[in-house]
This record gives sequence, C-alpha cells and structure tokens, in this order.
Amino acid sequence: MKFEQLESKTVVIPVDNIDTDQIIPARYLKSISKDGLGDGLFRDWRYNADGTPKADFPLNKPEAKGAQILVSGDNFGCGSSREHAPWALTQAGFRAVVSTSFADIFKGNSLKNGLLPIVVPADIHKELLASPGAILRVDLPGQKLMLSDGRAVDFPLDAFSKECLIEGIDELGYMLKQAPAITAFEATRIGSINTLQ
Amino acid sequence: MSTPRTIVEKIWDSHVVAQQPGAPALLFIDLHLAHEVTSPQAFQELRERGLKVRRPDLTIATMDHSTPTTSRDLPVLDKSGAAQLAQMEKNCTDFGIRLYNRMSDHQGIVHVIGPEQGLTQPGMTIVCGDSHTATHGAFGALAFGIGTSQVGHVLATQCLLQTPSETYEIRVDGALRPGVSAKDIILAIIAKIGIGGGTGTVIEYTGSAIRALSMEERMTICNMSIEGGARAGLVAPDDTTYQYIAGREFAPKGAEWDAAVARWKQLPTDAGAKYSRTLVLDANELEPMVTFGTNPGMGIPISAHIPDPANVSDPIEKSDLIKALKYMDLKPGAPMAGQKIDVVFVGSCTNSRISDLRAAAAVIKGRKVSPNVRMLVVPGSQQVKKQAEAEGLDKVFRDAGADFREAGCSMCLAMNGDELTPGQYSVSTSNRNFEGRQGKGGRTFLASPQTAAASAIMGVVTDVRTL
Repeated sequence: MKFEQLESKTVVIPVDNIDTDQIIPARYLKSISKDGLGDGLFRDWRYNADGTPKADFPLNKPEAKGAQILVSGDNFGCGSSREHAPWALTQAGFRAVVSTSFADIFKGNSLKNGLLPIVVPADIHKELLASPGAILRVDLPGQKLMLSDGRAVDFPLDAFSKECLIEGIDELGYMLKQAPAITAFEATRIGSINTLQ
Repeated sequence: MSTPRTIVEKIWDSHVVAQQPGAPALLFIDLHLAHEVTSPQAFQELRERGLKVRRPDLTIATMDHSTPTTSRDLPVLDKSGAAQLAQMEKNCTDFGIRLYNRMSDHQGIVHVIGPEQGLTQPGMTIVCGDSHTATHGAFGALAFGIGTSQVGHVLATQCLLQTPSETYEIRVDGALRPGVSAKDIILAIIAKIGIGGGTGTVIEYTGSAIRALSMEERMTICNMSIEGGARAGLVAPDDTTYQYIAGREFAPKGAEWDAAVARWKQLPTDAGAKYSRTLVLDANELEPMVTFGTNPGMGIPISAHIPDPANVSDPIEKSDLIKALKYMDLKPGAPMAGQKIDVVFVGSCTNSRISDLRAAAAVIKGRKVSPNVRMLVVPGSQQVKKQAEAEGLDKVFRDAGADFREAGCSMCLAMNGDELTPGQYSVSTSNRNFEGRQGKGGRTFLASPQTAAASAIMGVVTDVRTL
C-alpha cells in the first residue's frame, strides 16, 4: 500500500509505555493468519468484563469514529515483538501513530505494514495530547506533520523506509534481488560457521 | 593499528553481506529460531510467493508459546492452539526445517533449547520472532527479536535489512550479597534506566559482577534487555562461556573446537573502543527486587515501600503511576513485603533453567507451600525437566504442594491455558508484569526464583533472607 498524504482527526490515548500486550492481548495470537485482529485492538481497555464497551475509553467515543491518527504517550509499542500489534491497528483503520518515541521492534514492524510512526518534540506532543480530535495532515514526502493551525512540524524517518512507503517497495523483493551477494558471502563463511546438519 | 571496536561492532562488521547507498545493510543471520506463534504468516508469505527456505540448515523450530504444560499424554484441548501446533508441523515438514515438536525430548522454550544444545555460540547473529531473543547474547552473540515480516525475510534470504545500533555499556562491579541474584541485577537496571532507557541501543554488560556470573545467570540478565528497551544485550565470551558450550550437541568438536575458541577470543571489546553511553552499578548495594506496577521498570527493593503518586511531579508519570496502582489495587506507601499473593510461577525464558529450579528448590525443601497459594514450576525444556527429575527436584516441589509441569512458556504470557484469574496476584519469575499479561485481570509481581519460592511458602511477598 502506497503512502504519501494523510489527513485525519486524531484519537488520543494519553498513556506512556503502552505495551503490545495492551494493543493486542496474547490470546488473540493463536491465529495462523493476519486477519480478524481489529476486534482485539486494546481489547481489555475497550471492553468491560461482561463484553460491553467502556464508554470513557477514547476509541469508544463517537467522535473517534473514522480517526486514522492515534496520538499516544511516550515509548509506544514496547514489549513483545508481535507484528499482530500493527496488524490490529491498521485493521482498525489507523495509518499513523504520533508519540515522542517508539519501541524499536514495533517501529520496524509498523513501517512494514504501512503504519507510520511519527516522532514529535515534547512540546508539540503535549499540545496534541491535549487536543483530541484535532485535524492533522501528514506529508510523507516532505516529512512534515501539519497542525490544525498551519504550523509544520518536521519528523524523522530513515530514507529507505520512506522510499518503501511512498513507492510501495516490497522489502523482501529488494532483498531477493541481492541473492548473488548472499551466495558470495556464504562462500566466504564455509568452515567458519557450523551448519546444523 | 585498526580502530578499536566494541564486540557489537565486530559482530556487525563480519556479517554485512552488502551495503547499498541510502539503504540499510544486508546482514547475514547465522541462526534463526522459530516457534508456532510468530511464524505461520511468514511461511504463508513464502507459499504465496512460491519461495523456498534459503537455508533450512540454519533454522531450528520448537513449540513453546501455545503449548500445554499438562501431561504430554493428553491431547491439546484448545482448538486454536492445537491448530497452531499442527500448522507448525506442516510448515516444518513442507520447508525441510528441523522441528522439536511437543513430543520431542528436545522440546522447550526457544531461548532455553538454543544454548542447551550448543546452537548458540559466540560471535553469531541470532534472530527469532520473539523479543526475548537477546537471551542468547549471554554467549557474546548479537541476538535480537524480529517481527513476522522479518521472519519471512530470514527464511527466504537468511538475511535482514538492518542499521547498526549504538553500544550502551552497563557495568556492574562488586559482588552480590546472599539472597541477591542475577534477576535482581537486571530488575535494578531496568528500574534505573526505565523501560525505554535502552531504546535504539545494544547493551554490553561488563564488570566484575557480570564476569562472576554463570552462563545461566548471564542469560537471565541478557533476556530482559528488551525490558529496558534495548534491541539486544550481550556479554563478551570468556572461559565460563567456552566451558558451558564444550561438548554440547551442536558445539564444534576436535580441531574445529580449537579454531572456534581462537576466533571467539578475538570478540571482546578492544581497549579504547567507544561506547555511546556507560552506566555503572555497584552489586554490593543491590537487594532482592520486586515490581509493584504494570511495567518492568516499576521495580523496588523488597524492603522498600510502594511509591506515592503525591511525590511525582511530571503529570503523565503521575497519572501512569495512579493507573498502575489502581490496576494492581495497591496502597501508596504500603510495604512491598507482606503483600498477599495467590499464585507463584517459576518458569519462563528468564528463569526456567536448571539453576533456577535448584535455587527455588533449595528454599522450598522441607517446607510447605502456603495453603492459599497455587505454585507452578514449569521447566524451560524437556532436558531441564529430565535433569530436575534426576536430582529429585520434582519431588521437592511436589512434596511441598507445588505443581511440576511439562516444558513451555506457560504462565509468562498465558496463551496455553496456564493463567491467572481476574484480580489474582502472582509472584512470577517471568519478565513482564503488563496488565493482563498472565491472564485477563491478573496482577504480577516480578521477582527472582528465590523470592518466588519464599513467597510461596509464606503466602505473601517475602524476602528470602528473612526465612
């Protein structure tokens, strides 16, 4: 899926260190496919024990419907390496998450699934946390997050991930094209690593 | 003379296959470990693209996460768990991968069996679709967790696209006091740096206290590097490492062994190499640690009191602490020791090796588990279980009223039916105390095997030094 521009209102979960067990609890990991994870997103924060939705959870509020940008506290996506976390977020309609920092594995997993992790400075983050529903625009080629009042905030992104998102480049396809280099490398290592057979 | 390098830089440099401008390096992976939960979608991807596994000889698979720890004579009752295990069998058969299935004598937690069989060796790059892959760093390997897309990349190319990480030195000098363990070192480190403190880095653990640790203790420390946010954590190899590996099934033999050791001896960080940061801790000052909250950074010495949000100035930090204490239903300022518990879990890739079971058994021996406590002891592998039985540890646990089970991840992440019920408290030797991690509504106090065993006997969080 190609990604260039995105305009959406935000939904805000003002909690630091949101771990992947909250994003998608382990009991949803027993599937052998990627599908059907949207229902499990923030499951135990969204629903009471009897299965009724918690009215005060940000994602359950009527105004959150259709939001494609999630604003969260610091260090979003820490914990488990489960790629089910970005799968669940994208299946629930999210295309970007804004925070001051992201856990490394979650960040990598997100970029491989068309979910853009946007790192903003602390002062901007504070403003965004305080204004749920704000309309933001993401300009990926320009690496800018445009705020509702017209200010543009630069965000970091490595050049390769950016190109993959914009051009819809398939990373595995890119790697497979380097097979001759891999073969040459393997030849230099015979005898220096143990094959397991 | 060449530029001094850290061990991380040396391993990195020797594994770069190609580096195209403006792109991450293509890094060769020496060993890939797979389990049933994070691999099915990767195998599916290979099928859809008509690809083979490039190096089936460099992937080893096991079953651990959704694997029951009840008797192996019983069928897997959970339908989706059973389907996941069946799919793993099929994937490994179809793609020619060695699998230690539920009935194998080598089955176990992926991070326990790698070292146990000598698969894990110094200087290797090791990956697995599991965030606790850093466990293997104890051997001086660069080992890190990956997502399922990357599992597919490794299966298809034996490589990953990676950018180098900074090396963060955490030096622990001095000697541990009685009752204080490797688990307490790593819980103290995480409490100090915070759960995002190591983000973007690979931690190298150095210092006299680390050198004095056994391989299994070093694994406990490296295992929880991710809980400090780090990509990986490692300890440079030394004689302790070589002695542990020698003679294991996949260890080099004869002349190959001598050549391997000579190579491994080149790995430690050069004098004068630069770390991006260094943190120094004094082992003499450490106490047994326990977590009170809902992330592994919320840890305190067992003699301390539960923090009071009134003393926290940062507003989000304050609301996070209030949220954590509300979930845990704990009173600010109350002593940590003496908190009532319902379950004790000894297991997980952090603390399920034979030395962990011995440490817990030494505390339990001749005593009884409190009638109010359910205690589960889950060995990390079939080999650990066999060794524990040979030493009579299973009998020690069973005589005390504990449940001694089959190998697997079990109540660490509660995917296999071993779980807390809502509201229950556990003392757990695992690695995560996130909300609902050990079962929906369950509450976790992370601690060492010694602390877990002492708490099981008393029915409350207990300092093993007071028994």
